[in-house]
Amino acid sequence: MAAVVVLLIALAAIGGLYSAVAPTGQAKADETAQSLTITEGQRLYSVGCASCHGTGGQGTSDGPSLVGVGAAAVDFQVATGRMPAATSQGAQIPKKKNIYSQAEIDQLAAYIASLGTGPSVPTEEQYDPDGADIAKGGELFRTNCAQCHNFTGKGGALTHGKFAPDLEGVDPKHIYEAMQTGPQNMPSFPDTTLSEKNKKDIIAYLDAVNSEDTVEPGGLGLGGLGPVSEGLFAWIFGLGALIAVAVWVAARTAKAKKS
Amino acid sequence: MSTTKNSDARSSREKAPAGERVADWADGRLGIYSLAKANMRKIFPDHWSFMLGEVCMYSFIIIILTGVYLTLFFHPSMNEVEYHGSYIPLQGQLMSEAFNSTMHISFDVRGGLLIRQIHHWAALIFLAGMFVHMMRVFFTGAFRKPREVNWLFGFLLFVLGMFTGFTGYSLPDDLLSGTGVRFMEGAVLSVPVVGTYLSFFLFGGEFPGGDFVARFYSVHVLLLPGIMLGLMVAHLILVFYHKHTQFAGPGKTNNNVVGMPLLPVYMAKAGGFFFLVFGVIAVISAIATINPIWSMGPYRPDQVSTGAQPDWYMGFSEGLIRVMPGWEINFWGHTLVLGVFIPLMIFPLVLVAIAVYPFIESWVTGDKREHHILDRPRNVPTRTAFGVAWITWYMVLLIGGGNDLWATHFHLSINAITWFVRIAFFVAPVLAFIVTKRICLGLQRRDKDKVLHGRESGIIKRLPHGEFIEVHEPLSQEALHTLTAHEQYEPAMIGATVDENGVERKVKGTEKLRAKLSKSYYGEDSQIPKPTAEEYKEITSGHGHH
Repeated sequence: MAAVVVLLIALAAIGGLYSAVAPTGQAKADETAQSLTITEGQRLYSVGCASCHGTGGQGTSDGPSLVGVGAAAVDFQVATGRMPAATSQGAQIPKKKNIYSQAEIDQLAAYIASLGTGPSVPTEEQYDPDGADIAKGGELFRTNCAQCHNFTGKGGALTHGKFAPDLEGVDPKHIYEAMQTGPQNMPSFPDTTLSEKNKKDIIAYLDAVNSEDTVEPGGLGLGGLGPVSEGLFAWIFGLGALIAVAVWVAARTAKAKKS
Repeated sequence: MSTTKNSDARSSREKAPAGERVADWADGRLGIYSLAKANMRKIFPDHWSFMLGEVCMYSFIIIILTGVYLTLFFHPSMNEVEYHGSYIPLQGQLMSEAFNSTMHISFDVRGGLLIRQIHHWAALIFLAGMFVHMMRVFFTGAFRKPREVNWLFGFLLFVLGMFTGFTGYSLPDDLLSGTGVRFMEGAVLSVPVVGTYLSFFLFGGEFPGGDFVARFYSVHVLLLPGIMLGLMVAHLILVFYHKHTQFAGPGKTNNNVVGMPLLPVYMAKAGGFFFLVFGVIAVISAIATINPIWSMGPYRPDQVSTGAQPDWYMGFSEGLIRVMPGWEINFWGHTLVLGVFIPLMIFPLVLVAIAVYPFIESWVTGDKREHHILDRPRNVPTRTAFGVAWITWYMVLLIGGGNDLWATHFHLSINAITWFVRIAFFVAPVLAFIVTKRICLGLQRRDKDKVLHGRESGIIKRLPHGEFIEVHEPLSQEALHTLTAHEQYEPAMIGATVDENGVERKVKGTEKLRAKLSKSYYGEDSQIPKPTAEEYKEITSGHGHH
């Protein structure tokens, strides 16, 4: 009997103690959710990424260290399908179909962000092109980006088969993240170099001149690649059509009628 | 005199019809009657390839007409202004007045963009037309006496067209053309000793300065087109004077021209063809963008874009620069930039190589006769092979000029393409020469076979004893004539080295070279002897099959 009483007292004491000191604040609960996200992210990481980037994100001979790259880099690389990369790829890791859900990407990003501080994923108001200065964006684009990506972001060649991709149809968020983190051969443009507003202007410029809704005032854009495609067009469709017309005219000559 | 008498006689009786009176009035003051009489019945032969020159002339006229319209709105000035036109993505940007007025033409002048695009598309087609026209003349041997000077006129028109184009697309002062002008300045700077002075002279000081648009403008709208117009008229006068060449065929000799008269047939045809050319160019200009300066933005020396190429006719110079290793020599604080200077020297060589060919050929053949019958390319294998080698050379350089687009569109390494072009620059023309020559000889053999054995009819006949033969149909007399009309040269030999007195003379080096070249042109390995009448008779008189 005494044992039962002691047990009850002990239970009541611990229960009371727990209710007195148990964490109740909102913040505490969040931390749990955050650590849960990180744990989930770590799980995804060890399945999809660890073989190249190392079990703790420290990097191996097959992939760089991810300590300090930040959530923005993870969101860009995974959401555009560049990561996880194939074990053997060409000169450059191409964009491909993304196999992760946004929730999973967030978990991965949270895990990588927990390894060291880096740029975080931008919020929508940071990259939303509405209300930005398009003309300023164009000027900035021509100064900083056009060398590789062409006047209106149609892409261009780099050395040894590498390339700067076409920027048509790229999510504004990913353009922002690419500028922030500098993936692959691209230099990074942190806020100290290209302010948040500048980035927004550039996104707005691209949205105006290189999106599906862009109106080409002169007709077919011919890829927006400049005189090479224009020259090909002039030879094939211009001179080609004129030679066809010449053959047609020459074939219809005034012939003496046979009597 | 007689016309005056006639009209006097008639006026006493009745009044002449209005048309005749106008013609008479004009003839009395301009003397056009004899001119018209001599030329109205001028005969031109019919062949589609003879209309390539017309394509060039008409596109040149279209360029002049649209160009005049553009000058009404273009401001050749480099004063800096702020953009406030209709195109949103450039609002408030600083730009030169030249760029601003071109934007104005493109977006705010009625029909401006269409006219601009017609002007530019017509320019690309004009140059492409001249290129093909030149190749037609080359491969058919139409450049031979008496037309060598006209060949040079045509060549000059092509080269002047290139530079008129260059000065033209540089006028809007956009980022792409500005990069092209910078490229040109770099080439000028690479000239030893005088390069810097030349550059400062051209640009009125440090690049880009505030002068070059106005200077290019005068050159583009006045100087070069003026010279070109003059050359074109001279070119046409010579075509009239020499009379047009024609392909071999029954009834066509070196002394006649078989075809249709200028009036009414060719006037109607040529007039109609002008509108067809204008129509095709207008349709292209209405559906496809060219030189979208609004996308490129105004020129600023601190900006540059990838994919910065010149228009196609300057593309081979771009290729020369792109594939040339960046060599330079430094001595006593001076730099000789071979990486730019060597391409600058090869640039005219590429052009001159084709221009001087007619003179080399006439020297080798020693033929001083006039030629009005065209060659079929296969019957002159060495010339044809040289022409194809030159085109190959040109094309290789064009690939070099667009190496970045080849890389991105075919997923290749730009370095690999550059190395390909470096090697192909030397190797590809030689290969093209050999292959073309072999193909020509094969075609000559085929012609000979056709003449002697007839055309394959596709009918298989079984003979009583079981043998199968294919029936060959003999060619018509006309076809036989056409296939055997060409003349074949004997290789030139070095003349007697010992005169009648037994004194040996010294054989000059050039003489030996000429004999050697002549042998390579007309030796056994370079032409298939055409079938003779005896051979033909022997084979056709024999009964049965062969």
